[in-house]
Amino acid sequence: MTYSLTPDTNSARPQRVRFLRSLRRHPLGALALGLLLLLAAGAILADLLAPYDPTATDLGNSLSGPTGSHLLGTDALGRDLLSRLLFGARVSLTGTAQAVATVIAVGVPIGLLAGYLGGWVDRVAGGIIDVLLAVPGIVMLLVIVAIFGNNESVAMIALGVLGAPGMARVVRGSTIAVRNELYIKAARVSGLTTRHVLVNHVLPRVSGPIVVRASLFAGVALLVETGLGFLGFGAQPPDPSWGNMVADASQFVAIAPWMLVPSGATIALSILSFGLLGDAIRDSTAGRARGADRVRRKVAGDAKEPAATPAQPATETPDDSDALLRVRGLTVSVPAATGQADIISDVTLEIRAGETVGLVGESGCGKSMTGRAILGLLPQPVAVTGGRILFDGQDITKLGPRQLQRLRGAQIALISQEPVASLDPVFTVGHQLKEVLLRHQPGSRREIARAAVALLRDVNLREPERVMRSYPHQLSGGMAQRVAIAMALAGRPRLLVADEPTTALDVTVQAEILGLLRRLQRQTGMAVLIISHDWGVIADVCERAYVMYAGQVVEQAPVLDLFDGPRHPYSAGLLGCMPGRAARGDLLPAIGGRVPQPGSWPTGCHFSPRCPIARDDCTRDPVALNETAAGHASRCLYPLLVDEKVFSHDAR
Amino acid sequence: MTKLIARRLAISVPLLFIVPFLTFVMATLAPGDPARTILGDDFTPEAYQALRAELGLDKSLFAQYADWLRGVVQGDLGTSPVTGLSVSGEIISRVGVTASLVLLTTVVATLIGVGLGVVSALRAGWLAKAVDVISLVGFSFPSFWVGLVLVALFAVGLGWFPATGFVPIDVSPRAWALALVLPITALAVHAIAMVAKQTRDAMLDTLGREYILALRARGIPERSIIFRHALRNAAIPVSTVVGLVFISLLDGTVLVESVFAMPGLGGLVVDATHRHEIPVIQGIVLTFTVVVVLVNLFVDVLYGWLNPKARVS
Repeated sequence: MTYSLTPDTNSARPQRVRFLRSLRRHPLGALALGLLLLLAAGAILADLLAPYDPTATDLGNSLSGPTGSHLLGTDALGRDLLSRLLFGARVSLTGTAQAVATVIAVGVPIGLLAGYLGGWVDRVAGGIIDVLLAVPGIVMLLVIVAIFGNNESVAMIALGVLGAPGMARVVRGSTIAVRNELYIKAARVSGLTTRHVLVNHVLPRVSGPIVVRASLFAGVALLVETGLGFLGFGAQPPDPSWGNMVADASQFVAIAPWMLVPSGATIALSILSFGLLGDAIRDSTAGRARGADRVRRKVAGDAKEPAATPAQPATETPDDSDALLRVRGLTVSVPAATGQADIISDVTLEIRAGETVGLVGESGCGKSMTGRAILGLLPQPVAVTGGRILFDGQDITKLGPRQLQRLRGAQIALISQEPVASLDPVFTVGHQLKEVLLRHQPGSRREIARAAVALLRDVNLREPERVMRSYPHQLSGGMAQRVAIAMALAGRPRLLVADEPTTALDVTVQAEILGLLRRLQRQTGMAVLIISHDWGVIADVCERAYVMYAGQVVEQAPVLDLFDGPRHPYSAGLLGCMPGRAARGDLLPAIGGRVPQPGSWPTGCHFSPRCPIARDDCTRDPVALNETAAGHASRCLYPLLVDEKVFSHDAR
Repeated sequence: MTKLIARRLAISVPLLFIVPFLTFVMATLAPGDPARTILGDDFTPEAYQALRAELGLDKSLFAQYADWLRGVVQGDLGTSPVTGLSVSGEIISRVGVTASLVLLTTVVATLIGVGLGVVSALRAGWLAKAVDVISLVGFSFPSFWVGLVLVALFAVGLGWFPATGFVPIDVSPRAWALALVLPITALAVHAIAMVAKQTRDAMLDTLGREYILALRARGIPERSIIFRHALRNAAIPVSTVVGLVFISLLDGTVLVESVFAMPGLGGLVVDATHRHEIPVIQGIVLTFTVVVVLVNLFVDVLYGWLNPKARVS
């Protein structure tokens, strides 16, 4: 019996519940609370407010619809429905309150103790909770009604007991989260009694989830209370309850369907209000729920291909390059409060057939987004807003979803940072590999299976048949990355984008995977773009590299030139951070500050706020990428001042 | 997998004994007893004692429970003190109605709920809103009230379906189906809401995973990504909710069978409650508990089958 309108997060949050203030930001929740208070007031003041005695009959006016004298109409005996609703609210709301009070009185202590003490208390409570959760609720209530006679209070208290496991589970979860926090530990160590810590320190912190749960349970309790009333239990005729008013109406469905409306609408609105109130309180105490929802929805937007934007760079340089991939002035943006924020700005790079190129930078500088843009796989709402990505002369930014799909895997493939996470957990490796193979080459089942085994052998997996039968969670990271590489190779792509292919792996496995990539690159002649923050990886496999910082390419050069003489202070700083390159006995230098967020890039050189050699003119205008030597370019106004010691402690 | 099932059995099997025992404990706590109920207001102490002995009420609580258990093993759930009919006979003659209702509603709610959930996960916009609205309606409107409104509209108003009753499928499949449409609809609104919501959340979660990106990067068609990979992964949490839906329908059927005057277990338990027929209620509680245990076992097996992490270690 757990109904919730939005996903339950069960999380304890540090704020104390300040309902009234927080409800201001939730108009629906405030409205719901208002309605419930109004109903409660109506029930309390029924004697004053009701226009008629709820049991007074008026046979001359039976089964009437709404009229001037009977605003909500009358029933078969001419009794006023509005008056019966007001008096019926006493029964129904009292029953609900009894059930809610019980659920709190029973569920909260069990949950607190189980969560706080843990151990055998938790296990025993867990057992009881599991047993009670498996009991069919309404039938159990009927047992109680049958045994104890028609006593509504007993039934509703029993309902509270049946609902207590759900409450206990929520409280237990929240308590466990709170228990390990420092101030609770401190309170425990300082010798306060368990009782004191629970009541004064833990309880206030878990009160948010308790109130949410209680509000949602109130809806359930009212549903059950009216259900019992409908079945003829609880208040007996002629006394009204909301449930027996529906039962009265059910006798006259054929001739007076209106009678269903006042009672049904009141019940539904009340239950709805309890639900909305619970959601509103949850949103304000555990602000995550909705937010998480929104983020997920955003991510799910991936399902749609990003709209191909007809973007042209303002100044087109003559382009006679014959490279396999030519990225020209690529700008990628995300919608922001003020227009849009660029994530990648004016990136130009190229990769020739068979070449291995590195893309280096700190996290958050736009390397991975560049990689995803090349595959046409930007996450919504991120989109290409300028520039072109020419693959074999074809502009990828202008392709439709179908064309992109045909390109991916067959022409351009991707391997990513988390090898295990990049495999579907519910299918075997063989199943997934065969699906990819079948997508890219026709063949009989036997041929495809043979090709799959051959591919796995190609990536140095020793027992390919066994790997085929394995599920992703049964593979080590290194094995999973080999499988992912095999799947990327299945379509014989001409370009492989490897996004941090070794970051998540052990050092020894890293070397093996890099060696594998090198060998495969030689054998197949495909081009490889390696995205990494690790100079070691770049030095190991790449011929040329691009260094990215805050959405821009700041330096490009053959790897050897880059290592020997960086011409941008950021590259120099990154190189200086490599442990192997620091002079023996020196402290490792670090670049102070951090990468600025998209949308808050400086006007001039993006690196100038962190740069030790920055001058006034660096911050004035955007800096262009200028060639400093053949094949070597830097986005620095003073490339010749750069040397490797630029960040060392004794440099200045 | 075996571990999962063993754990479930360790919880469920005792449940089959504990729940009926609880009803015995409560029966002894209650004011009055079945002998008094049968005899009415006017009786002699001798007749009362004799009837108590006959019903086994003079024995200890545990002895009564043991007697009852012995009967259960032999398929005998006792007799109704009011009608004198065999409880197991009554239950068997009525179980078909409730089973039709609950099973079909589960199937309908799963198909529609999964469909709505998938579509609303793929397209934000009005369909996602529609699922929200259905959830609100399903959550707020009691099934018995929805049933009555359906009767007013489609049975009384349009005359498309019968307002009440049940026809066994072997008598007339057509009449059987027609009689079930409105009760299933009344029960399904809430069930659909639960399934649709879980499906949407699970699909959104799955579609945001790394392997979906990887599948796209491998050129796998969108159709396969959504219906083979995402839906298959989302099915894991959805299967758990379908189990919960089934169990909540056992409660719902008590009310809906009353609305539509269907001769099922729900109607029987309501009548028995009005007449204080404890053995009948105990029999039905046992039946429902067995069903809950079986459904939970089935869901566990399904979960293991859908989720290789639970199946193979």
